[in-house]
Amino acid sequence: MSAELARSKVSGAKRDFAPWNDPNARPLVRFDDVSKRFGAFTAVDHVTVDIHAGEFFALLGPSGCGKTTLLRMLAGFETPSEGRVLLGGEDLSDVPPYRRPVNMMFQSYALFPHLTVAGNIAFGPKQDGVPGGEIETRVAEMLSLVRLEGLERRKPHQLSGGQRQRVALARALVKRPKVLLLDEPLAALDRQLRENTRFELMHLQAKLGLTFIIVTHDREEAMTLASRVAVMDHGRIMQVATPSEIYEQPRSRFVAEFIGDVNLIEGTLAAIEPGRASLDSAAGRLAAAEPGDAKTGQQVWLAVRPEKVLISSGRPDHAANCVGGRVVDVGYLGDVSTYHVRLGSGLMMKATAANLTRMIERPIGPDDEVWLSWPPEAAIVLTR
Amino acid sequence: MQQGVPSSRSWARSLVVLIPYLWLAAFFLIPFLIVLKISLSQPAVAQPPYAPTFDLTAGWAGFKEFVTNLSVDNYLSLTADRLYLSSYLKSLQVAAVSTLLLLLIGYALAYGMARAPKRIQPILLMLVVLPFWTSFLIRVYAWINILQRDGLLNQVLMALHLVDEPPAWLATDTAIHIGIVYSYLPFMVLPIYAALEKMDDTLLEAAADLGCPPWKTFWLVTVPLSRPGVFAGLLLCFIPIVGEFVIPDLLGGSETLMIGQTLWMEFFTNRDWPLASAVAVVLLLILVVPIVTYQHIERRRLEAGS
Repeated sequence: MSAELARSKVSGAKRDFAPWNDPNARPLVRFDDVSKRFGAFTAVDHVTVDIHAGEFFALLGPSGCGKTTLLRMLAGFETPSEGRVLLGGEDLSDVPPYRRPVNMMFQSYALFPHLTVAGNIAFGPKQDGVPGGEIETRVAEMLSLVRLEGLERRKPHQLSGGQRQRVALARALVKRPKVLLLDEPLAALDRQLRENTRFELMHLQAKLGLTFIIVTHDREEAMTLASRVAVMDHGRIMQVATPSEIYEQPRSRFVAEFIGDVNLIEGTLAAIEPGRASLDSAAGRLAAAEPGDAKTGQQVWLAVRPEKVLISSGRPDHAANCVGGRVVDVGYLGDVSTYHVRLGSGLMMKATAANLTRMIERPIGPDDEVWLSWPPEAAIVLTR
Repeated sequence: MQQGVPSSRSWARSLVVLIPYLWLAAFFLIPFLIVLKISLSQPAVAQPPYAPTFDLTAGWAGFKEFVTNLSVDNYLSLTADRLYLSSYLKSLQVAAVSTLLLLLIGYALAYGMARAPKRIQPILLMLVVLPFWTSFLIRVYAWINILQRDGLLNQVLMALHLVDEPPAWLATDTAIHIGIVYSYLPFMVLPIYAALEKMDDTLLEAAADLGCPPWKTFWLVTVPLSRPGVFAGLLLCFIPIVGEFVIPDLLGGSETLMIGQTLWMEFFTNRDWPLASAVAVVLLLILVVPIVTYQHIERRRLEAGS
């Protein structure tokens, strides 16, 4: 019983961590209506967002969406054209980068090529006038934290990409920053290393109890690492939510499409009942869960994730949403297969099914007549 | 046939490697040996003006006689007369002072250029190299014009009421330094600029991020990373300045000569080729010291791999 309880406590603590839901919580970092323009180009467009102590916060978006600029404004390398950046309630506007209690891990790592590993890590504490003996202890501590013991005398160019990444991490962590900023920290690593390092980062963040803000264009990275994700596009924040909310309850077509595969079916909202909405589309009348703030007669989009769509050869009984079509293509990925289906109306839909049996020949193949069905709760209504 | 290909390729490869050595042998080693040989000869009223001359037709006996006739007398006379020692010292002093001035001015210029917007950098680079389009000699003559008693410099100083009496610039060490710094500036600016320009700017951001104010970042990051360029600039300036002849001859005074002037005098005024050659050989030995030092530093840097 005690083991069971302990486990539930641990996962419970993690699960209950949601200071953003507490109206009285004071955020550690606040972007207050921040804009940044470079000439005629608006990189960041009226962004307001709060980040709480202990969060692993991800800024996610396509390249050029302003996520890095937002991070650089917190580090002090860019000055906001409008608005304020606050850290612990203090306005950072007049604080130069070298006096801000935040540290950044650069995408290129930016290790000093003329200094050794130990010299790179010791650089920050030296600037603060930490006494030599303590610097040594802290460097040794960091080296063991990122598992680089024995490499302290090496120069950066004598290290592998993964080792350099860890030196950069150690150098940014050694000053115990209030916030650690990570600019695409894993982009330069190969896939295998990237996945391992992802979990290391998570453990590190939990162990040190620091606040991490990561910038990434990799949605998988953002989803696995972050407590909350801010999806950005064209300098605006489209949605801020936990990874599962972002995936299951996107508020716009952009977010739905950016976070994973999605079927979008355009239609008109026909009727709204409590807990149920129906819309008329080219594929017929379809049912969805809550319509949100949409009104009857409004043009909307129905969003259904492919893995929530059931594909079958025979017509299923009692399915709320059921459409017929012909398989155009099958993408075999080993664990799952993705079926591209053309509906009678000409609409294309995707359905993903786990390959539960070890069959070489799948029962459903190209040109087969199939039925696609999904429960109303699997579909959500988007208005933009 | 398969064996023939790599062997002919390795032959071609060794030829390519050999070319710089052949070049050095033909244009440095052989001329140096000739100068060394002349420095061990005696002056003579003859054509060429020294003895003994090397005669291949005389055979082994002739070669033995030739070797016994060589002597180090010229090197001894270099130590006998204070003129040579003071010339060497003067040259080293002028070279040291002007190289230091060049470093200060050149670093500032190169730094400004490397920090300038990317699109105007080619123009700035062009401006540094542009004076080379005019003859070096004409540019030094122009300085005579500027520095003379009623020259441009004094006119400006008088107009600004900075001086009451026009000071004499020409025939002073100041004039030599002005001329040298002006002429050698590109050789200092270009290598330093090259080193600064390829430096990654995010390193400066990283330093700031770690709590380092800008002026300190300059000393802790920028200067160490530009060191190869600085060393190259120092060598490119110091070595030719030590042997400089034209600038001190046109702008300097006549009391203490630089070694280049002494060398010229021995060759052309005194027509003492052996002594002049001895002066040149000693000059070369003096210059070998900084070159070897530089190579030593460079090798250590490469081994440490920076």
